Amino acid sequence: MTDQPLLKVTNLKKYFPIKGGILGRPVGEVKAVDDVSFDVFEGEVLGIVGESGCGKSTTGKALLRLIEPTAGGVHFQGKDITTLGTDEMRKVRRDMQIIFQDPYASLNPRHNIGKILSEPLLVHGLAEKKERTEKVHEILRIVGLPPEAADRYPHQFSGGQRQRIGIARALIVRPKLIICDEPVSALDVSIQSQILNLMEDLQEEFGLTYVFIAHDLSVVKHISDRIAVMYLGKIVELADRDDLYDRPLHPYTESLMSAVPEPDPDVKKERIVLEGDVPSPSDPPPGCPFHNRCPYVMDVCREKVPALEAVHVNHYAACHLHTEEGGDADASINHLKGEKA
Amino acid sequence: METVRPDKQTPIPSPEQEAHTVPAPASPWKEAFRQLRRNKLAVVGMFIISFFILIAVFAPLLTPHQVSTMNAADRLQGPSADYWFGTDDLGRDIFTRIVYGARISLMVGFFAVTGALIFGSMLGILAGYFGRWVDMLISRVFDIMLAFPSILLAIAIVAILGPSLQNALIAIAIINIPIFGRLVRSKVISIREEEYIMAAKAQGMKSGRILVHHVLPNSMAPIIVQATLGFGTAILEAAALGFLGLGAQPPTPEWGRMLSDARQYITSAPWTVLFPGLSIMLVVLGFNMIGDGLRDALDPKMKH
Ligand SMILES: Nc1ncnc2c1ncn2[C@@H]1O[C@H](COP(=O)(O)OP(=O)(O)O)[C@@H](O)[C@H]1O
Ligand SMILES: [Mg+2]
Repeated sequence: MTDQPLLKVTNLKKYFPIKGGILGRPVGEVKAVDDVSFDVFEGEVLGIVGESGCGKSTTGKALLRLIEPTAGGVHFQGKDITTLGTDEMRKVRRDMQIIFQDPYASLNPRHNIGKILSEPLLVHGLAEKKERTEKVHEILRIVGLPPEAADRYPHQFSGGQRQRIGIARALIVRPKLIICDEPVSALDVSIQSQILNLMEDLQEEFGLTYVFIAHDLSVVKHISDRIAVMYLGKIVELADRDDLYDRPLHPYTESLMSAVPEPDPDVKKERIVLEGDVPSPSDPPPGCPFHNRCPYVMDVCREKVPALEAVHVNHYAACHLHTEEGGDADASINHLKGEKA
Repeated sequence: METVRPDKQTPIPSPEQEAHTVPAPASPWKEAFRQLRRNKLAVVGMFIISFFILIAVFAPLLTPHQVSTMNAADRLQGPSADYWFGTDDLGRDIFTRIVYGARISLMVGFFAVTGALIFGSMLGILAGYFGRWVDMLISRVFDIMLAFPSILLAIAIVAILGPSLQNALIAIAIINIPIFGRLVRSKVISIREEEYIMAAKAQGMKSGRILVHHVLPNSMAPIIVQATLGFGTAILEAAALGFLGLGAQPPTPEWGRMLSDARQYITSAPWTVLFPGLSIMLVVLGFNMIGDGLRDALDPKMKH
């Protein structure tokens, strides 16, 4: 890891307009991503976790400008890509790729695998025709598919095999960064581990950097170096993997953690079941977005949005329990926890 | 804490093995054609249309008489060994006129559909791909055109251009433009939202290439179906215009015109209306049967 982050995201926002009425004028906004900042260092895997609908995919796609961000900066290799023109952006895309969640929807059903995999090479002028075929066979071998796969069409493959093809497509241009948007969520549990193993091996072999999105902590645990927890378009906690698992600071992280099954049946663990619904991102509550479901909610939480601040070294949380406003944070946590038990 | 992934020793089923179980490579188009051949109605439709195409092509070899030669002595003769389908009120051989009429009807169908397809697709792509005011403008024009009963619109256009087969063809092409245009537009809009289009963009593909290599091929299926069905409709519309005297002019052996010229003899010499009517019906039916078969064969939902 170097000091300079490979990817630096600053105050990224994506608000989708809600159109209404016969004129289709905007009547509101869905704050899908609301002021998100983080760094990704070369060679690391940053996990992003959060419930479905919290804005993970939108964040991932906004990083690549597949969805244009409403505001904020995305600095890739020190350059803000949000201001690049179409042609410059196309060149940058060679270095930042994406693997999609749905391996069925993300492959063109009318193209065979050979065409799907050679198109990126063609687009970036990376190889002549004969060389392209060789490279396609090579990448198929790398992701564990036979060369004959090149002549087949997506519908002739299983979900796991299709995801291997999706991985191959992202990898064939040898990118530096890959956004992995829930790459195993659509797959059978038995297949998930194979694909995760493959992705981990590829990351080591090619020195890749991943932003790895998942909706539960168990998937990202193994592969991530650091983990960001998202809730309602915001990052609520960001820490080194072990640090996050050993001492989660945000009550939301705690609840996610309690949902992960315990391997040892003797260890009794209290499952924190959150009450209330996730608020709508078009009408977020004032103050802390989590306050209506938080077991430790205080008055200040209903009024003031907590900022993401370093509570320990490299361990950030956006929670009033850990800020000045929260008063004697540790004491109040213990007090509240004691009361609950 | 357990994670989803078990240890790395788990044997991974060899992908080579899995690959052997998948069927031989087949492009989606070839597979659709195989499906089409299994559809009995579509096969019958293809036979009917092939039959009409053959008689249209080899018309001079099949016909014992001249198309427009009148024979006053043989007026309104019933079907016989000499006049297979009988003769009309001017003593012309109906069989010969039906055979030559196939040329006209198929030609009208082909050019009207091709014209409507080309212009409709261009407008539909513009509207669907660029959206905003371009879409607004094109879609409103389509809406207005579709608000009229199509044959009424065709009559109005022919009234402006003057009655002739060629103008009827132009009118039919025009009234079919919004049908193709709307279809292409809605297809382009829905395909644009597909994830593989976003994937293509993520590869760094230019939008022109995405349009040609990804959006268009995936929009083709319903357009092909519509074009096939449109063939039948266009032929029917041409016959209707002919019947109204707004299409083909005498002595052109156009089926609709033949019907209208013979309508006063419907009781005394029913063969004069029977054969042109039957021909129109068969051709339209044939195209509809192929169109319906294609719709089933090309529907991706049927594959899974
Ligand atoms: N194109 C869009 N238009 C409007 N709202 C959207 C769009 N895409 C996503 N959203 C909304 O943004 C929020 C975040 O979505 P998403 O990023 O897909 O969540 P996640 O990937 O975490 O499940 C959701 O409320 C979703 O409904
Ligand atoms: Mg998602």
